[in-house]
Amino acid sequence: MKFTLSWLKEHLDTEASVDEIADTLTRIGLEIEDVFDPATALKTFRVAEVVNAKKHPDADKLQVLEVDTGKERLQVVCGAPNARVGLRGVFAPVGAYVPGIDLTLTKVKIRGVESNGMMASERELELSDEHSGIIELSSKTKVGSSAAKALGLDDPVFAIAITPNRPDCLGVRGVARDLAAAGLGKLKKLPGKPVKGGFDNPVAIKLEFPKEAKDACPIFAGRLVRDVTNAKSPDWLQRRLKAIGLRPINALVDITNYISFDRGRPLHVYDADKLSGAIRARLGKKGEKFVALDGKAYAVDETMCVIADDARVLGLGGVIGGEDTGCTEETTNVFIESAYFDPKRTAQTGRTLNIQSDARFRFERGVDSEFVEPGLELATHMVTEFCGGAPSKITIAGKTPKPTSAFKFDMALIGRLSGLSLPYSEIRRRLTALGITLEGKANVLKASPPPWRPDITGAVDLVEEVVRLIGVDHVPATPLARMAGVAAPVLTGLQARQKRVRRLLATRGLVEAVTWSFLPLDVAKLFGGDQPELTLANPISTELSQMRPSLLPGLITAAKRNRDRGFSDGALFELGQAYRGAEPTDQYVAASGVRFGNSALDGAGRHWSGETPAADWTAVKADAVAALAALGFDQSKLMIAREAPAWFHPGRSAVLKLGPKVTLGVFGELHPDILATLEADAPMAAFELFLDNVPPAKSKGTAKSALEALDLQPVRRDFAFLVDGDVDAGNVVRAAASADRSLISAVGVFDVFTGKGVPEGKKSLAIEVTLQPRNKTLTDAEIDAVAEKVVAAVAKATGGKLRG
Amino acid sequence: MSAPELDSLRAELLAAIAGACDLGALEDVRVGALGKKGRVSALMQRLGSMPPEERRDFGQAVNALKTAVAEALEVKQQELASAATAERLADETADVTLPVREGPLAEGRIHPVSQVTDEITEIFADMGFSIAEGPDIETDFNNFTALNIPPEHPARQDHDTFYFAEKPDGTRPLLRTHTSPVQIRTMLKEKPPLRIIAPGRVYRCDSDQTHTPMFHQIEGLVIDEDTHLGHLKWVLQEFCRAFFEVPEVKMRFRASHFPFTEPSMEVDIGYAKVGDEIRIGEGDRWLEILGCGMVHPNVLKAVQLDPKKYQGFAFGLGIDRIAMLKYGMPDLRAFFSGDLRWLKHYGFSPLAVPTLAAGLSR
Repeated sequence: MKFTLSWLKEHLDTEASVDEIADTLTRIGLEIEDVFDPATALKTFRVAEVVNAKKHPDADKLQVLEVDTGKERLQVVCGAPNARVGLRGVFAPVGAYVPGIDLTLTKVKIRGVESNGMMASERELELSDEHSGIIELSSKTKVGSSAAKALGLDDPVFAIAITPNRPDCLGVRGVARDLAAAGLGKLKKLPGKPVKGGFDNPVAIKLEFPKEAKDACPIFAGRLVRDVTNAKSPDWLQRRLKAIGLRPINALVDITNYISFDRGRPLHVYDADKLSGAIRARLGKKGEKFVALDGKAYAVDETMCVIADDARVLGLGGVIGGEDTGCTEETTNVFIESAYFDPKRTAQTGRTLNIQSDARFRFERGVDSEFVEPGLELATHMVTEFCGGAPSKITIAGKTPKPTSAFKFDMALIGRLSGLSLPYSEIRRRLTALGITLEGKANVLKASPPPWRPDITGAVDLVEEVVRLIGVDHVPATPLARMAGVAAPVLTGLQARQKRVRRLLATRGLVEAVTWSFLPLDVAKLFGGDQPELTLANPISTELSQMRPSLLPGLITAAKRNRDRGFSDGALFELGQAYRGAEPTDQYVAASGVRFGNSALDGAGRHWSGETPAADWTAVKADAVAALAALGFDQSKLMIAREAPAWFHPGRSAVLKLGPKVTLGVFGELHPDILATLEADAPMAAFELFLDNVPPAKSKGTAKSALEALDLQPVRRDFAFLVDGDVDAGNVVRAAASADRSLISAVGVFDVFTGKGVPEGKKSLAIEVTLQPRNKTLTDAEIDAVAEKVVAAVAKATGGKLRG
Repeated sequence: MSAPELDSLRAELLAAIAGACDLGALEDVRVGALGKKGRVSALMQRLGSMPPEERRDFGQAVNALKTAVAEALEVKQQELASAATAERLADETADVTLPVREGPLAEGRIHPVSQVTDEITEIFADMGFSIAEGPDIETDFNNFTALNIPPEHPARQDHDTFYFAEKPDGTRPLLRTHTSPVQIRTMLKEKPPLRIIAPGRVYRCDSDQTHTPMFHQIEGLVIDEDTHLGHLKWVLQEFCRAFFEVPEVKMRFRASHFPFTEPSMEVDIGYAKVGDEIRIGEGDRWLEILGCGMVHPNVLKAVQLDPKKYQGFAFGLGIDRIAMLKYGMPDLRAFFSGDLRWLKHYGFSPLAVPTLAAGLSR
C-alpha cells in the first residue's frame, strides 16, 4: 500500500514530520517498507527565468539564453523552440544529475559558446514523454525557489506493508485513522454529500443466487451517469496515481482506482452502451468465458461469482472486470457499480484463476460493508465533477450484510495479557478513536466494532489494538519465574544421543553437512524411496521433488560435487530426518557418513608418512561402531549380517543388528552401479545408523560397576586356523570366545593370510586368546585344556583346523 | 722393577688409553693392563714373592699405578661412550620440518545450524524450557487450522506450502511451513504449565538469494495461567543478550499480525554495519529477527485449553538467519550445499561445545 504525504493530509490533520509518521506507522503494525521523496533527486533544481535570448552565432536551431536562477545570471545554450524571454522553467545547474538523459551536468562549450547548466524538459526529468520544449511554469512561481515544489513533486511517498487482517488500511483514510488513534493528529471529517439523481436508473440490477450462495454478493448498488466526457483526469489526481505507481488511463477508470486507494473501496465502471439488459450478479456456469481487463480469456465455473448482463458474462465480481464493457475515451454513458463480495469466494476465485488485482486484494480481506452506497456517491460526485453528465437515482439490490456482533469486553484483560497498567479512560479513548463503540460504565463493556474492521471479533482483538497503539515499548519487561534450584536437564534421551553422536563423528574427522530433505525422484528410487505418498505435488523443481528415504544420496552427491571441485578426499556426515512414509511415525533419525577418495580416521589425502587407505568398508565400519559405542551400546550384542541393501557393494558391506529384528545401521562400500548413476567416482564408502533403533544405555544410577583389576597376570595364546575362504572371522572369534567364558577375557584377530603355504580356497586366520586367571595361576595343563577347547569350538563352528 | 720403570709403564698405559679410538680398543688396553694376565696385574702378583721391606713401597706404587690406569680408563670409557651416542643420534636426525597429521579432531566440523541450535538450547534450558519435536510431514490441521488459519485465510497464501497428494480420506499432507505445529502437538499431549522450544526444519516453496525451500526455525511456547507480554519481552531480551554475547542488545518491538497470536509483534534488533561486518548491540540500523505474540484464544480452544484460565506466549525465529548474523555468514544457500570449503571455514570444532558456564562461543 502506497500513498503520499499530501494525500494522507487530506484525511489527517497533523504537524508530524515524515520521520515521525514513518516511525509511528512501523510501530503500530503498518510497517514502512520505503519512504521515497522525489524532491531529493531534484534538490538542486531551481525555478529560473529566461531574461535574455539571442540566436547562437554558429547554429540555426540553438539559442544562447541568459537565465536568472534567483542567485545569479548564467549563460545557457538551449535548443528548445519555446525558450523565450520571460519564460519561467526548471533550471538544472552544473553538477546536477539529470535522470532522463542519465547525465551529470558539467560546464561545456556548445559550438564554441559556453553553457552553464540546462533548462529541462519533462522527459529529461522523467515526468512524461514530453520533449517538444522545455517546461513552462506559471509566471507566479518564484524565481530561485525549489523546482520540485513548483512541479508538485515535493510530496514524499510512503510504502507500507499491510498485514492480511487490516483491509481498512488498504485505503489512505484507514491509515490516517490509525495514526490519529496513535496520537499523531486528528482524523478529518469528510462527510459525503449524496448526489441527487435526476431520473430512474434504467439499468436493472438482479442478484440471482441460490440460497446457499446468497452471501456471494449480498448487496449491489449502481447508477447510470449520462452524457459524460471521459477525458484525462485532473493533474492532481494523475500525479497521485503516478506517485503510487499506477498508470492514469482515463477519468472514469482513474476515479475508481483513486477511491480504491483512498477509501479501500473498489468500484467498477461499465460503458453502459455496451450492456445488454439487466446487470446480474450470479454464479458462473460451466462453459462460460470472458475476456478480462488484463486482455486474457478466463473460463468461469459454478463456484465463482460473476457479473453478467442478459447476453454474457462481463466480469468476475470483486476480482476483475471485462474488456468489452470497460470505459474508454468514447464512453458517454457510464454505469457505476459498488457492491460487497464475499471474502472467501473472492479469494478462492482469484486463486483458482490466478488473478491478482487491487479489487481482489481488498474484497478477500473484507471491505467496509457499510460503505457501499457512500462509495457510490463519492464516485458519482467525482464523475460529475470531472466528466460532467447527469446521474440517475441509485438502485440497490440486496442489503448490507450483518455487522460483526457486539461482544463483552473486560478492560482488565489488557493488564492480564499485556502486563500494561492503563487507566480505563485511556483504553476507552484509544478504542473510540478507531471507531469502536463502547457501552457501559464499569470495566466490563459492550464493544461494537466498526464495519471497516472485520478483523475485530472478540475482546482479545481489542487488547491487540490498545497494545499496538500504546506501543509494546511501554510494556515493562518482566522476568519469567525461574524454576527453583539448579536447572534440570531438558533433553530427551534421543536428543541427548543425537548431540553425542554428532560430536563423536566430528571428532573422527567427518565434516557435518546439512543436505535437502528432498531429492530427485529417480535418485530417491535408487535408495528404495519412490513411494507416491512422499512425492511433492508442487515441487520447486524436479531436483527437489521426493522426500529422502535415506541421508546417503544427499551426502554422496555432496561428496561428488566436492570431488568435481577438486577436493578429491574427505568425509562428510549428516544427522537428520529421513522418511519411510508420510505418517509421523515413518519419519526417523539417521546419522550417516560418507568417506570418499583416500580417507580414514588418520586423515584424508596423500601424506609423506604413508599412503592413506582408500575409503573402504573398514573406515566406515569403524565410524559406525564407534558411534554405537559412544551411545553406550553393548558391543558384545552387536551382530553383523551380510544383508546390506542393494546400494552397497554386496561383498563389502553389512548390516549391524541387535538380534534378528532390530537394525541399528548399515555400512560398506557403495555399489559401483549406484555411484555411476550418480556420476560419482569410487572409492566411496558409507554408513547409516538408525538412532531411533539404538536402545538407550542401561543406567542404574551414576555409579560404574567396580573395577576388576586382578593381580594374576593374564596369559596369551596364539592360534592359527586354516578355514575355508568364505568363513567370516567374526564366527571364528565368537566360537573361540565361547570355548571357556569364565577364563577367556578377550579374543583378537592379528593376521589374515592367503597365498603361499595356504591351500587354494582357504585362508589362515591367526587369533590371540587372552586367558584371565581369577583365583590362582594357571598350570600348563589347565592352559592346554582351554586351548583344546578353543580348537574344538572353532572346528565345530567353522570347520577350521589348527595350522601345522 | 724400579720406580723409573713403573713410571714408564704408567706413561705407556696412559698413552694407550688416550690413543684408544673406540670402546673395543679401550677394552683391549684394559685387558692388557688390568686383566688377569695384564701387566699391572702381573706386578701385583709379584708382590707375594718380594721381601717384606720392598713389598710395602712397591705395593703402594703399583696400587697407585692401578688406580691411575683405572681412572683413566673410566674417563676415556665415558668419553668414548658419549661420542658413540652422539654419533648414533647424529645418524638419527630427522627432518622435523616435515608436516605431520594433526589427527581427525582437526578435520571434523559441526555445522553452524547444529552449533547454533545447541547454543539456543543451552540458553533456554537455563530458563526451564524443554525441547519438543514434531514431524516434517504435517497435517493441514496442525499446520494451519489449529493455528487459527482456516482454509480461506489469506495468510495461507503467504506460506508457499509444499503439498503431497490427497489421501483417500480427503486430507492433504503438507510439509510444515513453520515450527508452530509443534505447539499444537505439545499442547494436545501435555498439560500446562508448559515451557518448550522446538527447533527443526521447515519448508516453503520459495527460492532466491535469501530464501531456500528448506530452512530452520525454532519455536518457543510458554503456557500457564499468568504469563503475559512483559514476560515475553524479558525472555527475548535475555535470549538476545545471551545469544549474541553482548552486554546489551537494542530491540524494537513492532505490532504485527499472525493468525495464531494476539497481540502479535515482530522484533528487530539494532546493529551497525562496519564494512561487511554486522555488529549487534551497536549502531542505529534495524534488522527483523523474529515474530511473536500472545497465543490466540482460538489456538488454545483448538487444543481444548480454556482461554479464560490459560494464557501464554509463542515466538518463532530463523535459526539460519541468526546464525548468519552472529557468525557473519553471507549466503543462506551455502548452508545446504555440502561444500567442504564452506563447512570447514564456517563449521565448528567438535570440542567447542557451547555452555553457559564457559561462554557460548568461547
